[in-house]
Amino acid sequence: MSNAVGKPSHVRWAIYSRAFFGLMQRDLRVLTREIVPFVIRVAMNPLLFLFVFTYVMPHMTGGSKMSPVAGMAAAGGGGFGTVLLPGLMAVAIMFSGIAAVALPLAQEFGVTREIDDRVMCPLPIGAVAIEKIIFSAIQSIVAAAVVFPLAYFIPSTPVLAHVSSWWFLAVVLVLASLLAGALGLTIGTLVQPKQIGLIFGVVIVPITFLGCVYYPWAALKSIKWLQLCVLVNPIVYISEGLRAALTPSTGHMPAAMILTMLVVFLALLTWIGLRGFANRVIS
Amino acid sequence: MSESIVEILGLRKVYNGKNSVTAVDGIDLHVPAGLIYGLLGPNGAGKTTTISIATTRAIPTAGSVKIAGVDVVAHPALARRSIGVVPQFNTLDRSCTVAENIYFHCRYFGLTKTEATARTAQLLDQFRLSDRAAAYPQALSGGLAQRLQIARAIAHRPRVLFLDEPSAGLDPQSRIAMWEAVQGLRGEGITVVLTTHYMEEADELCDRLAIIDHGKILIEDTPAALKASIGGDKIYDLRMRGVRDSGILKRNLQTIEGVTRVEVIDGGLRVLARAKDGLLAKVVTMANEFGLRDLTTTEPSLETVFIRLTGRDLRE
Ligand SMILES: Nc1ncnc2c1ncn2[C@@H]1O[C@H](COP(=O)(O)OP(=O)(O)OP(=O)(O)O)[C@@H](O)[C@H]1O
Ligand SMILES: [Mg+2]
Repeated sequence: MSNAVGKPSHVRWAIYSRAFFGLMQRDLRVLTREIVPFVIRVAMNPLLFLFVFTYVMPHMTGGSKMSPVAGMAAAGGGGFGTVLLPGLMAVAIMFSGIAAVALPLAQEFGVTREIDDRVMCPLPIGAVAIEKIIFSAIQSIVAAAVVFPLAYFIPSTPVLAHVSSWWFLAVVLVLASLLAGALGLTIGTLVQPKQIGLIFGVVIVPITFLGCVYYPWAALKSIKWLQLCVLVNPIVYISEGLRAALTPSTGHMPAAMILTMLVVFLALLTWIGLRGFANRVIS
Repeated sequence: MSESIVEILGLRKVYNGKNSVTAVDGIDLHVPAGLIYGLLGPNGAGKTTTISIATTRAIPTAGSVKIAGVDVVAHPALARRSIGVVPQFNTLDRSCTVAENIYFHCRYFGLTKTEATARTAQLLDQFRLSDRAAAYPQALSGGLAQRLQIARAIAHRPRVLFLDEPSAGLDPQSRIAMWEAVQGLRGEGITVVLTTHYMEEADELCDRLAIIDHGKILIEDTPAALKASIGGDKIYDLRMRGVRDSGILKRNLQTIEGVTRVEVIDGGLRVLARAKDGLLAKVVTMANEFGLRDLTTTEPSLETVFIRLTGRDLRE
């Protein structure tokens, strides 16, 4: 192979971009081969959630009173399904980031070391990690899209969705998906492979339950300290962003704050994740 | 003089930890293009570390490595185009089939779909893996997995192939198949740098060798020259009943024509000599008077060279 050092930068970029797309194609091939597990993985959680909370419970006597946010949802119009739609999309996006980046990395850094060949491709190490984030983001967007039809058909009270700006929705969706990939990268590189199983209990479950997934952030106003504490949780901005974009009637944070914080967390987690990745593959 | 394809200058690597380890301690190495070059050394000598630095996977503490003229620290991504690597452990992509392992490797290095498909088919054939093309790496035996790793590593036609302990864990038959595969690379103009702690492998396979221990190169030459450096092509180890008067015996033995050197070893003496009719008989006669108990004859091997240099057995 010819020496590309000192060649014009477009030659380098051609080398880099071909390597990058090669990595994407490899990931796509592996994903399509596992398409059934993938669909089950992304559909099962929102399916069951919507089924139990927006179909089964309302059919029970007094079911609506058992729903913790019944009053609030009713005030904003629409059932619990309206609160859950953006929340479940947020969870789907985040889970995809964990499943597409953190779990495979734990395996690849652990026993198998199989990431080696990809790390050895003619691409700066950081770009190999960025490819992981981007490929994971694509899966997150698919996972979020799967929630939509489910939320349309399952709830007994129709979901009140209203998109006033498709641009805003697209920006939130893309930022949130990249953020989830960056979170996956951070977790996958900072946590010891042996301890990755603990991560669900220690990180995923808390950030989900305290991530304004099952209730809007505004509804926390009666528990002021909690309303402030959850602001350090990136999932909050994913949920609230989707809420602002899809179901504004339930109330949400200001859009500018949401976008700013999504960008801040994306930059922060990408930075930590890239450093962690480099530390893992270069000694 | 032929061009050096791998140029290592003043290389040092210190791993900082609780107790810092100097894994590589000032290595200079020039590997001429087209050779099969061996780094021979015991466990922990710093072979893997040297290869990791040369293949952009570790950052040196000091010194530099150039592969085909490209500095690996300054331009790691571009240097990788000239480098093929088979690490010490199996790193095949378990989510991809045998054929896909090669195919996607080609794609990472910018081959088009058609080129990658053709190259994959050619390599599967060359490494006799065609009938396992659709299998997953987990299903391959150690020998086949190693061949696939080599096939994948050279798929982008690198200038240099680094093999770290290529025969570790292989049965003798697979080892020979691997040697043949490596020897076949000569014809493709690929320089091979391999590490090993098997003497026979270093002797059989390598054109030149560097013996390395404690992160330093002790000596560097062709296997034949290294063995010749022992000074003699026969080694007689004499076990004596007592080592009384061994000083006199030593002096006497040295007068025999053809004996190049006599050394004191544990429980007796070692005689180094050129192969010559009648020499052994003279040695035995002379030693008998001093109480010869047993005698073993060996030929110099890299093992002998190593023991001479370090005072230790390579296998320890
Ligand atoms: N990542 C690391 N962190 C700390 N110390 C290390 C690291 N890698 C290697 N070492 C130490 O550096 C020294 C050289 O190790 P290296 O793996 O280069 O030896 P080697 O010649 O390849 O040996 P082997 O035959 O066992 O593979 C050893 O003492 C080892 O413990
Ligand atoms: Mg080693």
